[in-house]
Amino acid sequence: MKIHEYQAKAILAEYGIPVPKGEVAHTPAEVAAIAQRVGGRVVVKAQIHAGGRGKGGGVKLADSPAQAAEVGTQILGMTLVTPQTGPEGRLVRQVLVEEALDIARELYVSVTVDRDKNCAVMIASEAGGVAIEEVAASTPEKILKEWIDPLLGLRPFQARRLAYALHIAPEQLPQAIALMQGLYRAFLDKDCSLAEINPMIVTRQGQLLALDAKLDLDDNGLFRHPELQKLRDIGEENPYEVEASKYRLNYIKLDGNVSCIVNGAGLAMATMDIVKLAGAEPANFLDVGGGASAETVENAFRILLMDLHVRAVLINVFGGILRCDVFAQGVVQAVKNVQVELPVVVRMEGTNVERGRELLQQSGLNFIVADSMRDAAEKVVAALRNGGGRAA
Amino acid sequence: MSILVNAQTRLLVQGITGREGTFHTEQAIAYGTQVVAGVVPGQGGNTHLGVPVFNTVEHAVRATDANTSVIYVPARFATDAILEAIDAGLSLIACITEGIPVTDMLIVKQYLQNKATRLIGPNCPGVISPGTCKIGIMPGHIHKPGHVGVISRSGTLTYELVWQLTQLGIGQSTCVGIGGDPIIGMQFIDCLQLFQDDPDTHVIAMIGEIGGNAEERAAAYIKAHIQKPVVGYIAGQTAPPGRRMGHAGAIISGGQGTAAGKMAAMEAAGIRVCRSPADIGHTVATTIQMLAAKGGDR
Repeated sequence: MKIHEYQAKAILAEYGIPVPKGEVAHTPAEVAAIAQRVGGRVVVKAQIHAGGRGKGGGVKLADSPAQAAEVGTQILGMTLVTPQTGPEGRLVRQVLVEEALDIARELYVSVTVDRDKNCAVMIASEAGGVAIEEVAASTPEKILKEWIDPLLGLRPFQARRLAYALHIAPEQLPQAIALMQGLYRAFLDKDCSLAEINPMIVTRQGQLLALDAKLDLDDNGLFRHPELQKLRDIGEENPYEVEASKYRLNYIKLDGNVSCIVNGAGLAMATMDIVKLAGAEPANFLDVGGGASAETVENAFRILLMDLHVRAVLINVFGGILRCDVFAQGVVQAVKNVQVELPVVVRMEGTNVERGRELLQQSGLNFIVADSMRDAAEKVVAALRNGGGRAA
Repeated sequence: MSILVNAQTRLLVQGITGREGTFHTEQAIAYGTQVVAGVVPGQGGNTHLGVPVFNTVEHAVRATDANTSVIYVPARFATDAILEAIDAGLSLIACITEGIPVTDMLIVKQYLQNKATRLIGPNCPGVISPGTCKIGIMPGHIHKPGHVGVISRSGTLTYELVWQLTQLGIGQSTCVGIGGDPIIGMQFIDCLQLFQDDPDTHVIAMIGEIGGNAEERAAAYIKAHIQKPVVGYIAGQTAPPGRRMGHAGAIISGGQGTAAGKMAAMEAAGIRVCRSPADIGHTVATTIQMLAAKGGDR
């Protein structure tokens, strides 16, 4: 799960990490009031779940509360396009108004999981303020790493080693070590998959702060963090995906016109691949899971039909735990109840498949039955060529 | 022959009385797996499905000589269940449970170091040596005993491949679902090594997916250490970056973990990589024919 910068900063502050003085605003008047309270120059930053906001005009300086309100008017309500939002951009509904600081240096520090070494790793770099992937690609020697033993945590000597390598001034070392250890504790306590401060700045006055912060939360860890579940902002998510999540359907919207309903994540990805190989584009990733009931299938159909680009449906189910006859009943009921008027290609295999196919045939509905994955992909492409469902 | 599980496997089921535990234990018994014990704290002394239930793994092992455990415990209790099974010295643990936090798995991996225990999963279908022993949630009837070793990060996609093979009359030595999470127990490399050493495995089929670089590392390992032919497929060639495609580990981030990169690495290592998931079975079949033509002595 992603959260906003201001939420991430509030969490980091709990771990003793200094962050700029600031508050969140939803209207230009609020922006002005916060600017007044903060005093002096402020930065107004769009709060969306995507990076690269400065490049798209989502981060601006203001010298006075009046100017802050003006900048706030420009940013609030804008559709912000960044390299991470895609061309459609993201509507800005809130901004973070913060004190502007005198920046002497911009550094990078983060904690994430190293999947090769099976432990957390702290990554640091003197090349802060830019995308770390670019630094890693062009100047890998500027990337520093400390692997963290889960039983020991990030030890002071490790933080010190990083701080020296970052050329932190001796009088700022204690601040740097406390900040790094705080970041690791936050990562661990909050079950993050990424805890990133970019840039971590050193001000001309010699203070270290998290100027920007990003926390990505491990969905699997959310069950033990009710306080973090509240931070979810469904306004930042695709509305179809929000709807799907209510029914525990694993749905991701894509740009094509062949909707896929599959059980299992690997098979769902493979189904998308074979649709593409057959010459069409998948409209979504959808994993109905192991215990798909008639109701689950019905909800799946309802959600995929919300996407008006969808012209045909491909169902690919390998019945293991999920019995094909039960699933077929669900499909028949769903197609009747939801009034699906699109071509529906069904490929089922596994437990009770004969009975499942019979149920589809006896339903009186116009299913296109396929006997393999390849056959299914070819049949769905043929159905598209014949015009598919609904007006193009 | 086979790897990991066989007729000597004495299975203990952690969470045997739950809905999942009950269903899959029945299936395992019907398949012929020796299920010797169940463990559910607070239910020690009972019998479930004709299997004695114990309060702790340690008691169960002492009383029944169980050597392998399968875990059907809910995510919030599963980490402790894995640690308990490692502590009891079992040689193999398969954790089926989905949804274990990554930070918990970091501790599990640390605890596994310098122990003889092997862990499969979590978030995996389990492991089966067809005709002999089934541990996990895969449908037994789609398998057939034979000589293809299967390793996969996926569940139903593995069934798809196994079914393609069985329909072509090609059997499997052992099928291992290693799981779709970022941090897992046995990885491709660990299984590849076992299949290389198993005289009954002639060809290896490996199904990877986007995210991480386990497939790239496996490819390097295959190039250096595996003499048996390997057929591969990577799921998620059409997946967009930055999105978690169902499995917690299936995410392309920072340009890393793409299907294209993995497929290139695998091809460079001499693996026969299939573009289409529908072609994996046939590619294995032609590989077997090539082996036979060469004398089949590899």
